Amino acid sequence: MNAPDDLKYTKEHEWVRYENGIATIGITDHAQSSLGDIVYVEFPEEGETVTKDDTYGVVESVKAVSDCYAPLSGKVVDINTPLTDNPETINEDCYGEGWMLKVELSDESELDDLMDHDEYKQFVAEETA
Amino acid sequence: MVEFAGWMMPVQYTGVIEEHNAVRKVAGLFDVSHMGEIEVSGRDATDCVQWLTTNNVRKLEDGQAQYSVLCNEHGTVVDDVIVYRFSPTRYIVVANASNAAKDFAWFQSHSKGDVTIRDASGDYALIAFQGPRAAEILQPLTDVDLTAVAHYHFAEGAVEGSPAIIARTGYTGEDGFEIFVGPSDAPKVWQALIEKGKPRGVSPAGLGARDTLRIEMKYSLYGHEITEETNPIEAGLGWVVKLKNPDDFVGKSTLVDIKARGLTRKLVGFRMNDPGIPREGYSILVGENDVGVVTSGTMSPSLSCAVGIGYVALAHAQEGTDISVDIRGRPRKATIVKTPFYPPPHRR
Repeated sequence: MNAPDDLKYTKEHEWVRYENGIATIGITDHAQSSLGDIVYVEFPEEGETVTKDDTYGVVESVKAVSDCYAPLSGKVVDINTPLTDNPETINEDCYGEGWMLKVELSDESELDDLMDHDEYKQFVAEETA
Repeated sequence: MVEFAGWMMPVQYTGVIEEHNAVRKVAGLFDVSHMGEIEVSGRDATDCVQWLTTNNVRKLEDGQAQYSVLCNEHGTVVDDVIVYRFSPTRYIVVANASNAAKDFAWFQSHSKGDVTIRDASGDYALIAFQGPRAAEILQPLTDVDLTAVAHYHFAEGAVEGSPAIIARTGYTGEDGFEIFVGPSDAPKVWQALIEKGKPRGVSPAGLGARDTLRIEMKYSLYGHEITEETNPIEAGLGWVVKLKNPDDFVGKSTLVDIKARGLTRKLVGFRMNDPGIPREGYSILVGENDVGVVTSGTMSPSLSCAVGIGYVALAHAQEGTDISVDIRGRPRKATIVKTPFYPPPHRR
């Protein structure tokens, strides 16, 4: 299971890359592999507010709908629109081209609640045991 | 792996879409040993099966199979099954895994005449080998002349030297076979098909692909399109319910009434026009009115669009009707279309 060490993670298997006040968010390798072929993605609109732990959209595999939970609160400043036509990019490159949205944070202290990559790897190992 | 009807089964081996496409292009292998087999034998076997199923078994020849329904006295569906006639005094009824115990008990409690009802599920493993190249790949492994086994017929012989029943039946809309072998012979047959088939693009296929393939054909799945709350006529299975045949069967008089009174709703297939995937339980609307419910839905790998199956109030159930599906609180446009969504081989 791949989990880059420069990212932060949540229990809902989302990753966060934080730079200059903007958090880039996606789903982890564990999540995309558990889901299988991703065929549909739904995002919030640019300009919308997202709130930590609330759902902001869905990622759907052939068989199932999976809610996406906001790891942090803030304003959506960018969404990865190409995923609408090519949702399988999440399966192919979940940490790179498969990013889902960018959020301008309203509360940086929320970053402290996220796991680092060792904690996340441990969490996944326990969850799948 | 997931639990399904008391069995551990794979949702996928390598990927649902890949497996689905392999079945449509070459062939796929499904382990469907979880299904139930009920043997009805004895002097009155034909009369008994005729009494317990809605279709007409009297017109079957030995070695022929038939899709049918077990209907209860209320006119609703106990299960959908395939009936295999070996002889006038021996039949095997293949039941959905989720209903295997229920169906066997139902046969036992409702049987008529000089018959023996036996749960033969333990005698058989079942491997479905489905796809346009299935016959070509299977032929070298069996002494049965597959060109002589017509659609919905079966033959007894050997596969990889082990006794087998090869039936030209399936649940994918492709040509293919369902191979009944003894449980201890099944791994060898599976392995042989994988070895012979993999270089040509054969893939093992799991429950995920099984579902996308059958949805594209608008085949019912028990527990979704057909339940003990649906009658077979509204489910579009009137073609296997022989109300005009002189023989009586369990549920016949109720179904005659239902037909006379007219249906209140009908099972339809629809294609999404707005983004979104319809899923079981989502409401179907016409304007602001709730007119039905989705029973199954998916992103169709062969058609690259979202499709669904559901019940719609009769007034709105015509092909061409514009509907919407409530997906996460927002109505998304769809249209009722002719089915199957994907054309079967003879119409391509």
